[in-house]
Amino acid sequence: MTPTTVLPMSAPDRRLIAVALGLGVLLAFLPLIGSALVVDKLTYLFILIMFATMWNLLAGYAGLVSVGQQAFVGLGGYAMVRMVDAGLPPFPAIFIGALCTGVVAWALSWFVLRLKAGEFAIATWVIAEAIRSVVSFDPLIQGETGTSVTALNAYAPEVRRLTIYLLGLATMSLMLWGSWKLLQGRTGAQAQAIRDDEEAAASIGISTFQVKQRIYILASIGCAVAGTLWLASAITFQPRTSFGVQWSVFMLFMVLVGGIGTFIGPILGALLFFALQEIFGDFGAWYMAGVGILAILFALYLPNGIVGLWLNRGQAEPLSMRKRLGL
Amino acid sequence: MLEAVIQGVLLGGYYAMLAAGLSLMFGVVRFINLAHGDMAVLGAMIALWLVQGLGLGVGLAIAVTLPAMAALGWLMQRLIFERALRGGFLIPILTTIGLGAALQNGMFGLFGSNTKSLGAYIGNLSWASWQLPGGIFLGQLPVYMFLTAVLVLGALHLLLTRTAFGRAVRATSTDAEAAALCGVDARSVHRKAAAIAVALAGLAGIFLALRAQVTPFSGPMLLIFAFEAVVIGGIGSLRGTLIGGIALGLAQSVGGLISPQFSLLAGHCVFLAVLAWRMSQEAVAERGGWRSAIAAMTHKRDMMRRKT
Repeated sequence: MTPTTVLPMSAPDRRLIAVALGLGVLLAFLPLIGSALVVDKLTYLFILIMFATMWNLLAGYAGLVSVGQQAFVGLGGYAMVRMVDAGLPPFPAIFIGALCTGVVAWALSWFVLRLKAGEFAIATWVIAEAIRSVVSFDPLIQGETGTSVTALNAYAPEVRRLTIYLLGLATMSLMLWGSWKLLQGRTGAQAQAIRDDEEAAASIGISTFQVKQRIYILASIGCAVAGTLWLASAITFQPRTSFGVQWSVFMLFMVLVGGIGTFIGPILGALLFFALQEIFGDFGAWYMAGVGILAILFALYLPNGIVGLWLNRGQAEPLSMRKRLGL
Repeated sequence: MLEAVIQGVLLGGYYAMLAAGLSLMFGVVRFINLAHGDMAVLGAMIALWLVQGLGLGVGLAIAVTLPAMAALGWLMQRLIFERALRGGFLIPILTTIGLGAALQNGMFGLFGSNTKSLGAYIGNLSWASWQLPGGIFLGQLPVYMFLTAVLVLGALHLLLTRTAFGRAVRATSTDAEAAALCGVDARSVHRKAAAIAVALAGLAGIFLALRAQVTPFSGPMLLIFAFEAVVIGGIGSLRGTLIGGIALGLAQSVGGLISPQFSLLAGHCVFLAVLAWRMSQEAVAERGGWRSAIAAMTHKRDMMRRKT
């Protein structure tokens, strides 16, 4: 057998990472000069990137096409509301609530991960709806009316805005770094093997259930953190909004339009979605209709997403998870 | 209680109607149409526009809407779905989710967000009822709808089992390539199936507009109901779809006795329970453990493909 060595990362990729790190540091200091509006918008962008990255882990690497990630967006929010009501300070509650959501994801995983693709997609959605109904029974939530995390009003608006922004930037960086490590490591390779051929992966000794379970739980916690950060900036918890299927639709759009199963695709997708919203958002319903048509056009004419632009020209995608072998 | 059971069964006819098109698309074209609920709403909106805007009678409006929906289904299969189908599992999902978003928001832009109903245009039919012994009131409209649903599904069943077109459909859904070798034009069969499926969705949407209200954003909920009915009843048989619809209607109507909010939850729970039960049955059928459960599922799907 020819000995193979894994080549180090390509020079453009290393430059890209250096730029990203520099950008991250700049973003951390941006609130010093940026207006409140810019800070709010960027916070929303970080949340979108987190959602896209998490859904890509699920669908792009573990092959789990979920239409029910809003279950964890809503549950994380609900856990936060409950904990704040019990007297916990709101910012730690964001993360503790997300961890509680991870426990729910662990319990659910025993059921949903045994379903086949189509059933998995539908069942996750129905579960999200069922959880929404159950949460609405809680008198604290007041049914469809919802409730406000009034404890957040104890902070001055600037302090709150800055805290959420920095928390968003930090968790987004952590998630990007974490999923990079995860995908570069053993779990990533195993997950990609499962996505490409589950039977073959199992036959070479990969514990397919465990790998999928690990990714499912991590992605659920990630969605819960991102969703709860969004709730912290929106303050009002309404079951219909937090458990709305639109979250999963956004994730799906960003990931598939950016390029599923690539590291950079979801980020590009999130940036595009954010830009569209900024430019055309004032058109309201017609803007969303346009996003729908754009999704159809991407699906039909650029099925590999924005990353496909590189692939179509025969170039390697930036920050590829594929290892380069030197023979 | 008895009243709730009767209402649940009657409601089931409507759900079966809603689910039939989804099931047909999945069974014949192997295409999961996530915009199915939005198509139903579109059918309702077109009928509403014909009645409110042009002043047509409800019957005439239905007679105009259904062929229009069928034509739309044919066109969408021709222009969008055929191309999406070549992209594997995910591309149809992105396509139909995009289509759903475009339909919902387009209808919102055109018709506004007000809830609309055809109930006001059918005279006293919307509240007329028969009184049964035991003080049970039986709404006439739900009964007519249930009968229509059974008739339409029965006719569709006959179409699929007794006609040359039905044979072509079954041959295509079993093995499109082999059917093509025998001279069946699979693409034409798929387009006709899509036309029937979208027309069925439109009819279900009109049913909804007759018995309740529709908004441009009702689609996703309708899609969930349709999926639940299809999965409860088992994919690939119209009788199963009818049974699934009735089971869902019963669950919602009986669950609604406990509290109005419990109604939908009961339907979701029945759906999840059926999935879990089927999964455990398949796991038991083999040597146990989840790998065999997946093996059993794929095996069963192949068996069903051969049967239909």
